[in-house]
Formats: sequence, C-alpha cells, structure tokens
Amino acid sequence: MTDAVVTRGLTKRFRGGQVAVADLDLDVPQGSVFGFLGPNGSGKTTTIRMLVGLAAPTSGTVQLLGEAMPRGSAAALPRVGALIEGPACYPFLSGEANLIRLDMADRTADPRTRTARVDTALQRVGLLAARRKRYKAYSLGMRQRLGLASALLRQRDLLVLDEPTNGLDPQGTREIRALIRSVAEEGATVFLSSHLLAEVEQVCTHAAVLSHGRLVANGTVDSLRTAAAGHLVVSTQDAGVAVGTLRRLGVKEVTCEGGQVSGLADSVPPEVACAALVADGVRVQSLGVQRPSLEEAFVALTGEGFDVAE
Amino acid sequence: MSPSNRTGLLRSELRTLFRRLRTLMMLAVLAGVPILLAWAVKAFSGPSGPGEGPPFLYQVSSNGLFVALTALIVTLPLFLPLAVGVVAGDSVSGEANQGTLRYLLVVPTGRGRLLAVKLASVIVFGAVAAFTVALVGMAIGALLFPLGPVTLLSGDTIGSGAAFGRALLVAGYVGVSMAGLGALGVFVSTITDVPIAAMATTVTLAIASQIVDAIPQLHALHPWLFSHYWLAFGDLLRQPMYTADVNRGLLMQAGYVVVFGALAWARFTSRDILS
Repeated sequence: MTDAVVTRGLTKRFRGGQVAVADLDLDVPQGSVFGFLGPNGSGKTTTIRMLVGLAAPTSGTVQLLGEAMPRGSAAALPRVGALIEGPACYPFLSGEANLIRLDMADRTADPRTRTARVDTALQRVGLLAARRKRYKAYSLGMRQRLGLASALLRQRDLLVLDEPTNGLDPQGTREIRALIRSVAEEGATVFLSSHLLAEVEQVCTHAAVLSHGRLVANGTVDSLRTAAAGHLVVSTQDAGVAVGTLRRLGVKEVTCEGGQVSGLADSVPPEVACAALVADGVRVQSLGVQRPSLEEAFVALTGEGFDVAE
Repeated sequence: MSPSNRTGLLRSELRTLFRRLRTLMMLAVLAGVPILLAWAVKAFSGPSGPGEGPPFLYQVSSNGLFVALTALIVTLPLFLPLAVGVVAGDSVSGEANQGTLRYLLVVPTGRGRLLAVKLASVIVFGAVAAFTVALVGMAIGALLFPLGPVTLLSGDTIGSGAAFGRALLVAGYVGVSMAGLGALGVFVSTITDVPIAAMATTVTLAIASQIVDAIPQLHALHPWLFSHYWLAFGDLLRQPMYTADVNRGLLMQAGYVVVFGALAWARFTSRDILS
C-alpha cells in the first residue's frame, strides 16, 4: 500500500530568495491521522499549497495518492478534500449555493446526487439550519464549518485540513475532533496542520514537526513524546543523600529543588535507582518517571521564542 | 464522467455572475440610458434637427426603433466598456482576492479550463449588456413612439420587421465588439490579486484606445486599436449592407481574444496561487 502523501527533497524558495520549505521528506501513511506541526511562519501552509498543486516546488517531488503532482491533479484532487488557510466563499451567495458552485465546478461529480451530498455535508458540520443564509452573514465559526463541508462534499481518500478549528468555540472544536475521527474510521487519511498541540495529541496517530521550513521530527505521536527525555523524580526528606546516590549511579543533570530530586531517566532504570536510594537510607516518599507532554516535546524541538519565524 | 456535468463550471460561473447584485446594477444602469433618452424626447419634444445631439436622435420621435440605436451609440464610449471592464477585471483577481480561487483550483477545475470559462462568461456578459440596451430601447421606443418603415443611411426604406432585424444585428455587433476588451481585462486580471486595480486598468485601456483613435497623427496605430471599428455598425444600416469594416472589426475582436487569451493562459497556468 503506497503512502497517501510522499514528498522527497521538497523545497520552496520565493523570489526574494527566502526559503520557506527546505528539503522536506514526508511520508504520510494511508489511514493515518497525521499531525503537521510547526510555529506560525514555519512553512506549513506553503507545504500544503505544494501538496495540492497551487504552488510549484523550486525542487523536489510530491506524490499525492500515488499521483505525481502537479501533473496528476486531475486524477488525485477529486479524491482530496482540502481546507487551506481558512475558508473562502462568495459572500453574496448562501452557504448551500456556495457548495453547489464548487460541486458544479467538479467535472467528475455526479449532478444527480448533488442535492443529497450537499445536504449530508451541511448536516455533518451542523450547518443545515443556516443553509439559506448568505455567507457574509456567517460567523467565523460558521465559515470554518462551511469550509469543512466543502471538503466533505464527496467521499474522500485524503483530507488536508489547515488549522480546522481556528475560530471555533470549545463545543465546535470537540465536534470537529469527532468529525475527524469519524472520517478516519471510514478509512480516509487525514493530514491535519495545526499549532494546537492538544488537538494533535488527541486525534493524531502520526506527527511531523516543522521549524524554519525544515523537518525536525517525524514519527508516531507516541515515539515523538518518548523521544524527548523523561525525568526521574524522587520526593524525599533526605534530598542531600539522594543527590549523592543518583550521581554515583550515573544519572545525569541531577538537580534538587526543595524535597524533589530529579535527573534524566534514560540511563538508569527506576527500579535500580529506587533500590540504591533505599539501601543508602533515603526515605523515599515517591519515585517516578515523568514523560513530557507533546507540548514540551514541541517546544524542545522548535525553541521557546514567541517571535514569528523568519 | 457524466456528460451532463461537462458544462457545469460554465453554468455555475454564469449563474454566479448574474446573481450578483453588482452585475444586475450595471445592467440596470445600462437599461436606464434608453429609458432616459426616450423620456427626454417625449417629455420635451422640442424639435431637434439633424446634427443636434447624438446621431439618430432627431429620428426618435418619428420611429421608436431609433431609441435603441441612439442608446447604443451613447453607451458605446464609456458605459459599455465600463461594465465589461468591471466584470473582466474582476474575473480572476476577484476570486484570488476573495480566496475562492484556491478552492476552485483544488476541486479541481484545471487552470486552462477555468480561464476559458472566465473568458467565455465575460464575452457573454458583453453581449448581454449590448442586448439589454438594445432591447430595452426597442421596448420603450415602441411604447412611446410610432413604429414603421425605416429610412436607412443609404436612403432606402425597409419595413419595420426588417428594421427590427437590423437593430438586433447592430446589437450583436456591438456585443461582439466588447470581446477584445474583455480578453484584455481577463489578462490584466491574471496579473494582479487586487480586483480594483485590474478593473481600473481595463477601463483606462478602453478610454486610451478611443483617445488614440481620435488623434489623426497616430493613424498608423488606428487599425490595431480594439475600439477602431466599434462604430462600424452604421454600415449595417445601409442597403446593401457594407460589410468590409464590420468584418475587419470582427476579425480584430477575434485576434484580441486569441492573443490576450493566450497571454492570460501563459501567465495563469505558470504562476503560484498564494492568495
């Protein structure tokens, strides 16, 4: 089974010489929910534009559902639903009329099932009641939902969703998460670009992290989380003794803060550390290994700074 | 592929264009010209002689059909090119500015196909605009003034049925005359993502073409100006019809559509859509 998205050496250099995406090798397994992470300005949207053939790579290749892009657009894109950099519709048309316009533009869509498919898509995103309202009267959340509805107009093999929960309230975010899960259960691959780590952690099976246009991590969500080192944390009244014991065992970066002693957990198994501490007479109140959240892993990979990447 | 959806994009494009309030307002303004003209002649029917006011105006009160012809002459320099310039200039840049261009392209529509549909709908709009002026002119003329045999520019007289046919022919020629400007506007529209800039450029080109055409010293350029044969429709009001200039006009429009259609295609199919 070929991967849903494969890129090799994908690079985009803009006319000013600025490199937006550099030498990107992505493999998005079929049926996965793939989180595409990165701070603002890291090249996520530029990558997506190249995936769907809106922008031409400076060098490198894209394979979308087995078709070389952009040459294979006509074969691949009908099987792809996309939400790219926010929704965009005709403000003077109703939500329903906007979907009909897109469906009429699709030469491969069956006009006989159009009404039914438009209804289903509107219903899936909870917009059925507002179908006849003009798009310009829609709130940001409703617009986002309509954008998702257009991605769901047909049975898709791949959904490319760029920040799909942008502007949604907490209920809306939950609904979208449920929607992504249900689409994935139907067998579609979901490529989800986001900077909301909780979102990715909850729905994604795989993730890649982009920083300054370069891939800094790539794999299953679990492997990303464990790749960042865990910490051995000991609570005790005998902190001074514990520090000595751990250092003797070879634990690195041992620090002591109040009654808590911690160090990198990778070299010494916790059961060995525990036995040694007890043997040294340390009154251990608790001992455990803390795994970082995806957020901590993300910050460790992309840097702490608040500034937009150049 | 179901054959019934082959024309879906074009139908959807025309539906979107003619459902838009702006399009309807422009057609309403165009329709207002013959109405204003006929009302003015009817209400203040002071005798206006030949040479006073636009051509044919003095004939309006004796034959309502001339309302249509006078209105076409009056709208040809500015109102018709303005309407076509707005629709053509907005055609691609408007979609880009609004963001709908990226969604149309990932449907996928195919860039060449989308451009062809845009060009076709601009040409259709030019014809609809010309026929709006002509048909509203005929209707209001028939309502307010007598209809009857028409004396042509060559001095021959034809029956009112034949005259009606000639007026439709003139409207058709004027409509086709907007095609070259439309293609130019679509090309401009592929260069920028700012619709107002594309519209203003297109309308400016329409006026510049007429200014150059009015300067005798620049006569070497005249046969290349898309507006040069716009007024050749007067030749259709002779017996027999004099078609040399009309044919040149039609050929010129076809040439502009081919050249600027090709330029627009070269530009649009090679650029990155970053809007």
